[in-house]
Amino acid sequence: MRHLQLVGWLAVAVVLCALAIPWFLWGDARTVAGISLWLWWHIGWMGLASVVFWLFSRYAWGLGIEPDGTAPSADTSSTDGTDTGGDQP
Amino acid sequence: MTLALQLAIIVGYLVLALAVGLVAYRVADRTAEDFYLASRTFGTVVLLFTTFATLLSAFTFFAGPNVAYQEGPEWVLVMGLMDGIIFAILWYVIGYKQWLLGQTHGYVTLGEMLGDRFGATWFRGLVAGISLVWLFPYVMLQQVGAGTALTALTEGAIPYWAGAGLITAFMILYVVLAGMRGIAWTDTLQGAFMLVITWVALLWLLAVVGGPTSATAALEAEAAQHLALGSDHYTPQWMLSTAITIGFGVAMFPQVNQRFFAAGSRTVLKRSFALWPILCVLLFVPSFLIGAWARGLDVTIPEGGNVLPVVLAEYTPVWFAALVIAGAMAAMMSSSDSMLLSGSSYFTRDLYRPVLEYRSDIHSISARREDFVARVGVVVFATASFLVSLVNPATLFELGDAAFSGFAQLALPVIVALYWRRTTRAGMTAGILASQAFYLASLFTATVPSAYAGWTAGIVGMGLGLVVTVGVSLVTTPAADEQRALYFDGLRAD
Repeated sequence: MRHLQLVGWLAVAVVLCALAIPWFLWGDARTVAGISLWLWWHIGWMGLASVVFWLFSRYAWGLGIEPDGTAPSADTSSTDGTDTGGDQP
Repeated sequence: MTLALQLAIIVGYLVLALAVGLVAYRVADRTAEDFYLASRTFGTVVLLFTTFATLLSAFTFFAGPNVAYQEGPEWVLVMGLMDGIIFAILWYVIGYKQWLLGQTHGYVTLGEMLGDRFGATWFRGLVAGISLVWLFPYVMLQQVGAGTALTALTEGAIPYWAGAGLITAFMILYVVLAGMRGIAWTDTLQGAFMLVITWVALLWLLAVVGGPTSATAALEAEAAQHLALGSDHYTPQWMLSTAITIGFGVAMFPQVNQRFFAAGSRTVLKRSFALWPILCVLLFVPSFLIGAWARGLDVTIPEGGNVLPVVLAEYTPVWFAALVIAGAMAAMMSSSDSMLLSGSSYFTRDLYRPVLEYRSDIHSISARREDFVARVGVVVFATASFLVSLVNPATLFELGDAAFSGFAQLALPVIVALYWRRTTRAGMTAGILASQAFYLASLFTATVPSAYAGWTAGIVGMGLGLVVTVGVSLVTTPAADEQRALYFDGLRAD
């Protein structure tokens, strides 16, 4: 479950990065209200990124870093929640 | 008369900043943790604005609009990707983990955190040393920016050396007094000031030229190619290389990285994380639009001059142009003061103190002595970079770009160390040295090319560093004094 969540959020991060530059508007010179269409895309995309980051901070903060679930101060004692699989010293 | 007015605005601004610094000095504890990290107490607004103002350098105000004027405004997309998204993600991936480790183990610098994990003082010194090598030219860049701005504003009445010297002297005084808390407070004021002043400048310009539609029509008549996304200058490879190297480089810049330790709580980190892209749009879009639209306006930019001051001088009253120059100096100072403080903390804690402890068999240096060395470090660092700036003619952009890519070389080995237990000291050392050597060679020798099918040496070096760190870690065993579980076990918020 945690693993699935991690993969999902990683995918979201990759999409946010990949479309921050609107490649599909490459060479496009259209303007809307005096501002380039691709600049409007930029403004909208940053707004979307902000919403996505807010959702992450609300529902998934700690993922991949803290040893247990997303609940801020859950008192479970499991310590090996990281997916990196490193061995113990 | 106008010169006097301009100088009065700038001096008034500097005095205000100094007053804030003095208030901070009065409330500060006399401990290293307070001087360097304000005792880890920052709230959302202060952390967000201090990081933001620290990030923004003379580049946003001068080199950025210059590039938009000459090549078109696509840079804003690069800035959005690198600062609004990549850096925000690193804010979590590196920043939150560093913050947790700082809370648990009391780390003040990146080198301290890595040196503890990898069990070697010399490794700590290596990280600090490399950081200082890149920090130095960047501080110089800020001084060049301030000196040039003052010269342009006063039309040569204040020569470059006097302008940059004045700013340097002021900053030394200020940083030595104020420490991190004072710097963060003024950063917050400076960040808010820059944001407001940039928007007023844009709206003013638009009011004079008749709105965005006519400004764009004028640009189309003059340089239609600037409206279309992409050009010979802005290729996909170049845009991605630049965004990725600078985004990762920012997270390793001492003055930014150290702020990861300074947040007051996890809520502060969360809120700043979500607000980050919005703040980027709010500042970068107007700044780059002014530069881009200036191309269609009837202004002549002198050879090597900055676009923004010329446009403002033409379209807005003298006092407003002076305010914007003060805003640019605020940007430059809020970066430099933080850099001086962080540079001094790296020098004192990671280089000077370990060496002294080793040589003299003293295991703790008095707080008073450390304090003194920290302040002397600030003076030496700032003076040296000012003196070098007097003879260095390279452009702002080249200098800045080199420093960001240089820091970017550190980022992937650090991320590997934070998330992979099998990382070894040998792997880290090899990865860091290989990527630094490669990138430096690409800058200073002809044998290592600076571009690879459109990709920059900076990003190729990052890949090299990642491969070497992981590869060497796989084939080596950890040294006896490495603490492999340090970054994993017992990490919990609050």
